[in-house]
Amino acid sequence: MATVQKKGFISAGIIVALFVVLYVLRQQGVISTYWGMILDLALITTTSAMGLSLIYGFAGQFSLGHAAFYGIGAYVAAFITKSFGGTTLNFAIALAAGALAAAVVAFLIGLPILRLRSDYLGIATLGFGVIVKVFFDNSDKVSKLFGGSMGMTGIPRITTFPWVFWSAVLVILIARNLVNSSHGRACISVREDEVAADIMGIDTTRFKMLAFTLGCAMAGLAGGLYAHLYAFLHPTNFQFLKSFDVLLIVVLGGLGSLTGTVVAGMGVVFLQEILRDVLGQQFLDWRGVVYALVLIVLMILRPQGLMGGWEFSLDRLLPRRTKGGKASGTA
Amino acid sequence: MGQLVEQVVNGLQLGFVYALIAVGYTMVYGIIKLINFAHGDVIMVGAFVTFFGLVRGIPWPVAILIGMVICAALGVGIERLAYRPLREKGAPRIAALITAIGVSLFIENFASLRIAFGPDYRQFPAMVTRMQWNVFGVTISSIQVLIVSITLVLVLILQLVVYRTKIGKAMRAVALDMDAARLMGINVNMVIAFTFAIGSALAAAAGALLAAAYPQIWPYMGIMPGLKAFTAAVLGGIGSIPGALLGAVLMGQAEVLTAAYITTDFKDAVAFALLILVLLFRPAGLLGKAGPEKV
Repeated sequence: MATVQKKGFISAGIIVALFVVLYVLRQQGVISTYWGMILDLALITTTSAMGLSLIYGFAGQFSLGHAAFYGIGAYVAAFITKSFGGTTLNFAIALAAGALAAAVVAFLIGLPILRLRSDYLGIATLGFGVIVKVFFDNSDKVSKLFGGSMGMTGIPRITTFPWVFWSAVLVILIARNLVNSSHGRACISVREDEVAADIMGIDTTRFKMLAFTLGCAMAGLAGGLYAHLYAFLHPTNFQFLKSFDVLLIVVLGGLGSLTGTVVAGMGVVFLQEILRDVLGQQFLDWRGVVYALVLIVLMILRPQGLMGGWEFSLDRLLPRRTKGGKASGTA
Repeated sequence: MGQLVEQVVNGLQLGFVYALIAVGYTMVYGIIKLINFAHGDVIMVGAFVTFFGLVRGIPWPVAILIGMVICAALGVGIERLAYRPLREKGAPRIAALITAIGVSLFIENFASLRIAFGPDYRQFPAMVTRMQWNVFGVTISSIQVLIVSITLVLVLILQLVVYRTKIGKAMRAVALDMDAARLMGINVNMVIAFTFAIGSALAAAAGALLAAAYPQIWPYMGIMPGLKAFTAAVLGGIGSIPGALLGAVLMGQAEVLTAAYITTDFKDAVAFALLILVLLFRPAGLLGKAGPEKV
């Protein structure tokens, strides 16, 4: 027990130290406002990708509709702060409401469609994503505040680094604890072989729903943060192509690896920005081409993703190894 | 009544174009179980090649044929460079899917470059003189006749190739059981390349027809038709060519009739809602065979 507690303190210490260092660097202007925004976006993207990592990487449910839940969270949260003002309390409530709304929708749509398997589930969720986007396009018919296809403006710009950082930490901790719990093991068994899991007495529907609802709630939370970072929402921000972006991160990082999702989530966002810097204004058109090429080459060279199923763990760094707490298995 | 028939004809026009695209998706999926997301962009390339042919004064059947040949080569190239290396490595299917998304992004972004097609919308020249006939009170345009007849001819040729030739037999064998086909001496890689060639050629024709019906082309034009055609293929039962045709025709009707009688705002949503409903009751699609579950 002593080592476990010690490890907990060390992890907490490292996270707090990381936060303080980044926070001070940003306050001092070492990290410019521009790159600070990119860092925020990278963390938000990671938060959302963490949700899909649970859904697809661990529970094996192929979802191509993640951007829709991200969007639901964004629109619900933005609606609340826009209607009731952007105080800290309202922001917290808005974020929670966004996550909850995404979770409720995920639960309702998940009940029927999670019966489908692999590609069929993918296409059904993709279809759901298109439907949600059409609803965003027509959202001004529900309330003028949403703006419909013109986009939603006038959202208070109140997402700050601490909000983004601690949300990401919270989501990563929840994901890690879930994966290492018996519930998480059940999810992994559904991914590995649904029939066998069923025969072993695992309520597969329940665990698929658990991973899907929780994962979509994470997307909803990330969406709320995104809405208040850029203060502008447009339906095209949540179209099905954006779901591919998230899927790409999860697969690129390695299915069944939370570490991989974090690395790929941060990496993909920064790669796009660095390409903007490196290529310069006249070559900006090439950014999409280079990005696509990097993606294809990475997939051909490392089809299992950057990290495979590997997890970062303090166990590896500390001399005394306790019983392996890492998630296992490659997809 | 006349108006309803007119809308059904409009839906048929759209459905037939979807059918040409859906067949390519379904054949590739039937053989290598890959959702070839780059297929939608082949449509776009086909439309652009036909466009360049037409503006140089090449007669339209030749322009479309050139487009089909170039896209067939493009399809084979994509398969050879991006998908085959993964297959030979025995990579997981998801890696192939992500690669397909990557190829799709690559083609779209590359086509948008100034050195390629450029990012702008272009006006597609008329392939045939616009004429309208009145048949029993229903207006039919020359473009509709063009689309329906070209599609019927191509589907007929496809049917002949798949069911009456040696290579068609090989394609069906590989779709049924790739390993057994290989043991029987079928050159599986060649068959897969051939499948991509046929699918891409049909997609090129679809691109040209789509541009004839909605005469504006730009590098991202293939995404939505591609997605809908794929959905149509799933609706009909993926892997089945008759299923793809049926699904595409239903998809076209659903879209046009919703736009005409219910609301234009939600026409994209209705097609996908239909898909989700069908999948819930027939998880393998309308004409798909639900195989027994292997344990």
